[in-house]
Amino acid sequence: MSVADKKSTLIVERPVKEELLCYHCGAPCISDAIAIDDKLFCCEGCKLVYEILDENGLCDYYKIQNHPGLTQIKALRSDKYAYLDNEEIAQRLYKFTDGSVTIVTLYLPGIHCSSCLWLLEHLHKIREGIIESRVNFSTKEITIRFRKDIVSLRQLVELLATVGYEPYISLEDVDQKKARNFNRQKIYKLGVAGFCFGNIMLLSFPEYLSDHTGIEHQYVNLFRYLNVLLSLPVFFYSATEFFSSAWAGIRQKMLNIDAPIVLALLITYSRSLFEIFSGVGGGYLDSMSGIVFFMLVGRIVQERTYKSISFHRDYKSYFPIAVNVITDSGVVSKSLQDLKEHDRVQLYNDEIIPADSVLETGSARVDYSFVTGESEPVAAKQGAMLYAGGRQVGEQITIRIVKPVAGSYLTSLWNHYAFQKNKAEQNKRESFIHKLSTNFTYGLLVLAAATAAYWAIYDPSKILPSVSAMLIVACPCALLLASTYTNGSLLRIFSINGLFLRDATVIEQLGKIDHIVFDKTGTLTRGSSHLITSGHQLTDHERTLLYNLVKSSRHPNSKALQAFLGERGTLQVSGWKEHAGKGVEATIGGYHIKLGNAAFTGVSHGDGPAAAMYALLPGGTTAFYLIPDFRESIPQVIPRLDDGYRLSLLSGDNDRQKEVLQELFSSGSQLLFEQKPIDKLHYVEQLQQKGDRVMMVGDGLNDAGALQQSNVGVTLADDINNFTPSCDAILDAGKFASFPGMMKLSKAGKHIINFSFLVSVLYNLVGLAISVQGKMNPLIAAILMPASTITIVLISTGASSLVAKRFGLSFKGS
Amino acid sequence: MSALYIMIIASMLVAAGFLVAFMWSVRSNQFEDQKGSAMRMLYDNELKEHQ
Repeated sequence: MSVADKKSTLIVERPVKEELLCYHCGAPCISDAIAIDDKLFCCEGCKLVYEILDENGLCDYYKIQNHPGLTQIKALRSDKYAYLDNEEIAQRLYKFTDGSVTIVTLYLPGIHCSSCLWLLEHLHKIREGIIESRVNFSTKEITIRFRKDIVSLRQLVELLATVGYEPYISLEDVDQKKARNFNRQKIYKLGVAGFCFGNIMLLSFPEYLSDHTGIEHQYVNLFRYLNVLLSLPVFFYSATEFFSSAWAGIRQKMLNIDAPIVLALLITYSRSLFEIFSGVGGGYLDSMSGIVFFMLVGRIVQERTYKSISFHRDYKSYFPIAVNVITDSGVVSKSLQDLKEHDRVQLYNDEIIPADSVLETGSARVDYSFVTGESEPVAAKQGAMLYAGGRQVGEQITIRIVKPVAGSYLTSLWNHYAFQKNKAEQNKRESFIHKLSTNFTYGLLVLAAATAAYWAIYDPSKILPSVSAMLIVACPCALLLASTYTNGSLLRIFSINGLFLRDATVIEQLGKIDHIVFDKTGTLTRGSSHLITSGHQLTDHERTLLYNLVKSSRHPNSKALQAFLGERGTLQVSGWKEHAGKGVEATIGGYHIKLGNAAFTGVSHGDGPAAAMYALLPGGTTAFYLIPDFRESIPQVIPRLDDGYRLSLLSGDNDRQKEVLQELFSSGSQLLFEQKPIDKLHYVEQLQQKGDRVMMVGDGLNDAGALQQSNVGVTLADDINNFTPSCDAILDAGKFASFPGMMKLSKAGKHIINFSFLVSVLYNLVGLAISVQGKMNPLIAAILMPASTITIVLISTGASSLVAKRFGLSFKGS
Repeated sequence: MSALYIMIIASMLVAAGFLVAFMWSVRSNQFEDQKGSAMRMLYDNELKEHQ
């Protein structure tokens, strides 16, 4: 092929590809694309964002990244943020205000690329009154300083929403301020320890080398006293971590791993000071500060947190902060806490029912999938009871509150005792590290007492040196280092593979799991669904008739049917009528066709579950069932987990998919349907009483109780920054395929810790053996200490990566 | 050999200077958002090109 040919094919291909993508969000423009300034947009929303940016000369937004925007197909309701005009509510969101200049921090889940950052930090160019905006990319937060008298909080939030970054404001934001994740105290302690450790090492070297170089003795004392000076901040500032933790343990009458470490630190330090001030020797200040430094590094590695993920959410972060209440003087926004019984509330499409209430006007279709696990929206007539947490789909409705927010059916789940316990504290107490170190400490104390007794009989002058030497050598810091570095590197590998753990104590719990309980809706299935038919087989002609019937209906079921039928020819339609919440009917091609629910079409479904819709066609009646799609990786993941774990499935949904699920799970698995949130909690509790160690994998508020009760609660999330109920771990749904591998890795964690601990014990034994024979050169001793530490670090991180590779996981960050 | 005393004091002061610099960097939020700063650095350059 000649060069000219290649060029022409390129020219032909490229415009076709680009023409189809929305300039703003990169979504393919299927139909009714809008074109301005030679650019194409998939919807009005995307075009609007472009126009705002164009007007204000901010089109660099599109130059930093291609198609940086998010799809704007969902239009913003004009009074959605009206409640922010209520100064009392707005006041609670402000970080600071002096009446004019105000600072507010908002969480914007849409932040994802450098274009977002650039645009959001140039907001002052779009609207007067905004002084400055600053994005924290890691936490997806924006802090805006603005003049309240020029631009109101509501206008600000609406501006953010129109440019495509709708803030996520929830009840939680007003109730409590988020704790700072980043622990600065620890970083300072680490910095000080590192500084002192490095200098003490340098100043100690001349003494180690004095045998060879013959260093002048005038300097020996200077260096020793400088070391003492440098060790003060290490012992009295950096090491306080360990003192306070050991003391807290002793006060609860238990010896945690920090107790023997503190003992060793105390003895090393006092013996070193004694040696230096009595002029006997140089002490062990370099080893002591080195150990403190490495242990602090280990702790920080192990305790690293994921800034933009929250593991402690309850229903409050799912609920809105205010609703529209109808009063005598018109509609006012009222914050959720002030909502009382008998208040009448207006709800729009896609809004959440804030408290248990009765439907007054309008026809409700409530999606309870997040609360109960039922996959299909429930239709309700006037006078019907609606439960808090459901999401209204469709038209505007008015409801009357019958129970306050805190006493509602859903929120009362949080009063269950399962929510009172502190799982992290419990995990720590059950940890094998804890048991090992307790036994170790008692053993050590017995041994020290025996040594003291022995020398008391034979040579009392040797009691102090021998006992103190023993306690220094037997410091379990190697065990602490092995466990913190292994945990830290496992946490890192897990997060690369899409599993984010609340803290390191969860790793060990993961390894002990023997029973996995799955939720169905939203966990095994995705948000999407497909249609299956039963009854009369559709002919090609009937498909065309149906297509013409549903093509102008906006109901989600009609949309699903339209996708099922595909693009078809247009026919003459007359008498088309949509009955809200019931169905559609029309005369097409000479036939009168009805499509809708059982009541509308007059079809009896007998004992079986009702279909999503029925079609009365010339040839007969066809029923359409909406079947939720399984996640792609499920057919591979479930059998892999099946050997090695007992499995259960708890579904809040009906048992229509039972057969498919039975094929997926082995015969030993329990499949339970129509489970209420509290049933799920009780099921997990029963398993635990039988001695099983249970992992719950769920996604919604309906699983919150079971997640909390289980030994490890894992939330599956399509977007890890979205709302997730309180849990121990969050799994990125797209990475579900690597889940079995990660379970294996968590089991390996304990062995890695044991192995690296063993290696460090060997190091110590060799060192001890040499020094007992009196052949130990001080230089070698000084090298051995950091060498053994570095070996532990290398073994624990290296072994974790190696094991991860064996289980098919990636271990390198992107 | 008094030069050694001066050198030790000087080296300590330099090291302490770095420690203070580190503390200052933590205190002034430089470790709060590491990804954001990396991006901000890039777009500042692009802006100058377009102006």
